[in-house]
Amino acid sequence: MSTVTTGAPTRAPRPRGGVAQSLGDSLVVAKRNLIRMTRIPEMILFGVIQPVMFVVLFTYVFGGSMAIGGTLDPDVYRDFLMAGIFAQTVTFATAGSAAGIADDMQKGIIDRFRSLPMARGAVLTGRTVADLVQTSVTLVVLAVVALLVGWRTGSAEPTNAGKVLGGFALLLLLGYAFTWIGALIGLSVRTPEAATSGGIIWLFPVTFISNAFVDSDQMTPWLRHIAEWNPFSATVQACRELFGNPGVSTSDAWPMQHPVWASVIWSVLIIALFRTLAVRKYRSAAS
Amino acid sequence: MPGAIYAEGLVKTFGDVRALDGVDLDVPEGTVLGLLGPNGAGKTTTVRVLTTLLRPDSGRAVVAGIDVLAHPNEVRRSIGLSGQFAAVDEYLTGRENLQMVGQLYQMKAKAAKERAGELLDRFHLAEAADRPAKTYSGGMRRRLDLAAALVVSPPVMFMDEPTTGLDPRNRQELWEVIKELVAGGTTLLLTTQYLEEADHLAHDICVVDHGRVIARGTSDQLKARTGGERVEVVVREREMLTGAREVLGRYGAERAGGAGRGEVSVEEHTRMLTVPVTGGAKLLAEVIRDLDAVGVEIDDIGLRRPTLDDVFISLTGHAAEQEETEEDGAGGRQGGRGRKHRTKAAKSTEDAGASGSAEDAKEEAK
Repeated sequence: MSTVTTGAPTRAPRPRGGVAQSLGDSLVVAKRNLIRMTRIPEMILFGVIQPVMFVVLFTYVFGGSMAIGGTLDPDVYRDFLMAGIFAQTVTFATAGSAAGIADDMQKGIIDRFRSLPMARGAVLTGRTVADLVQTSVTLVVLAVVALLVGWRTGSAEPTNAGKVLGGFALLLLLGYAFTWIGALIGLSVRTPEAATSGGIIWLFPVTFISNAFVDSDQMTPWLRHIAEWNPFSATVQACRELFGNPGVSTSDAWPMQHPVWASVIWSVLIIALFRTLAVRKYRSAAS
Repeated sequence: MPGAIYAEGLVKTFGDVRALDGVDLDVPEGTVLGLLGPNGAGKTTTVRVLTTLLRPDSGRAVVAGIDVLAHPNEVRRSIGLSGQFAAVDEYLTGRENLQMVGQLYQMKAKAAKERAGELLDRFHLAEAADRPAKTYSGGMRRRLDLAAALVVSPPVMFMDEPTTGLDPRNRQELWEVIKELVAGGTTLLLTTQYLEEADHLAHDICVVDHGRVIARGTSDQLKARTGGERVEVVVREREMLTGAREVLGRYGAERAGGAGRGEVSVEEHTRMLTVPVTGGAKLLAEVIRDLDAVGVEIDDIGLRRPTLDDVFISLTGHAAEQEETEEDGAGGRQGGRGRKHRTKAAKSTEDAGASGSAEDAKEEAK
């Protein structure tokens, strides 16, 4: 008998169970997704080009017509803008997660995973972790481009390397939280195409009704309240503070007063809620 | 004692559609059950329930001695899945795919790597092992898919249309592997639209339609149920069909009991007439004489036993190819998968091969 049937049929090894197995399985799936990304380099490329385009367009088109802290100085707007663009970029990773998972559903790979004795959340965790790696790469490229067009940390207030890195950590946490929203979207739609648009359209109001591109203090009161309590704004405000960039809102809304805490709390809440929903959806997914 | 695969009263509805309407199965250990049925009959849904992918509304299922609904993760350790769904990742190489599956079956990384190497050799994929699966031909991909199901040589295997879209050579090869597996003690549930395949591989056959098992037995038992031999005549000219029909009608009518079954069926475009008969070879000579007497020229004539196609048609009232819809309608998602099954319920062995390779060409073009 050949190697196909080495001896009598056997069952798979007993799963370790618990956190060790979840971690192990998640890493196997994350590795798979990262390999995929390197095999489709154009995906990474487009993921980088889009935010770079935003940086260039906003800096040169809007700079000079946007008043930040009472000045129209384009240099001030550029330094104000970057925290917003960074935050927008990390949240746009949502579309990638959504499309990736919808694609796996459609191709039947999710069914393969679901038929294996693996940890239940691992397929989604593996996906979101791989997306986090991709987001980090994009963010590094973007920061370099920002430096090239003249963005500097500490341009308004003094800061230090620790604070700046803290700002980037908050951005990645926000991005990671949003990929769980993407995971849920990917599991809920019928095609990867729908997932791509479904993963991105709602991000426009979320990122624009915020302090990312304009000074939210100038908005109509009701809109301003939304902007100030927008989870997205908290991270942007926190980054401006940590980067020492201009345009930090002086509003007395709680998230604007304690942006770092607000950013962490929002991100953790989003992860807790959407991870629960997505894993539940995954378990019952009838693709 | 229930077999390695056992199901009782499985019911599953999707909206208004009763995809499964009380399916019962019992597959003894070490045997092959062929699940046969038209598209949308409930074959795939049955497999999905038995492989823990779908929860039935009611019913009971036991696989490898484990209750599927109570301990799905235990069942997953004991099964391998291959076919229509449960795909491989096309951007990963063959080796990466198998290694990943091995690790997710909870094998140690090193063991998974070794096993991947063995399987790649066995399935003649060693040369392509480090190329993305995207570059594989239809046959290669199917072999990789089967290899993925065999990573832990599980005691129970499910194959959903394993050879759909394969050319005859690849199909033969897959059949050999399947036979080898079963010889090693694996229990297998196989769904197929190729009746010939069920005939060839399955110990027992269940014919499914509208979510129910409408017939079960060995291939021979099912054929015996459908009736005895039939005479098949191909006439030279289309104008001769009427005359031939009259002659053959006399023989068909002689059949005892089944008045309806004695009817002559005519296929205009192939100029072929078929009639169920009793009497064997001796009768064939009489038919030839009679046809000659009324001036009907014959291109071909033969006596044949009923095929599973005949069984299929007589049981379900339509051929296996009937609707060109997606399998089972088990959720709209499958609709997007774009794997159309235009499987011909071929009239003979040769035809089955031919339609298979046409299908393969389509598959490869994608």
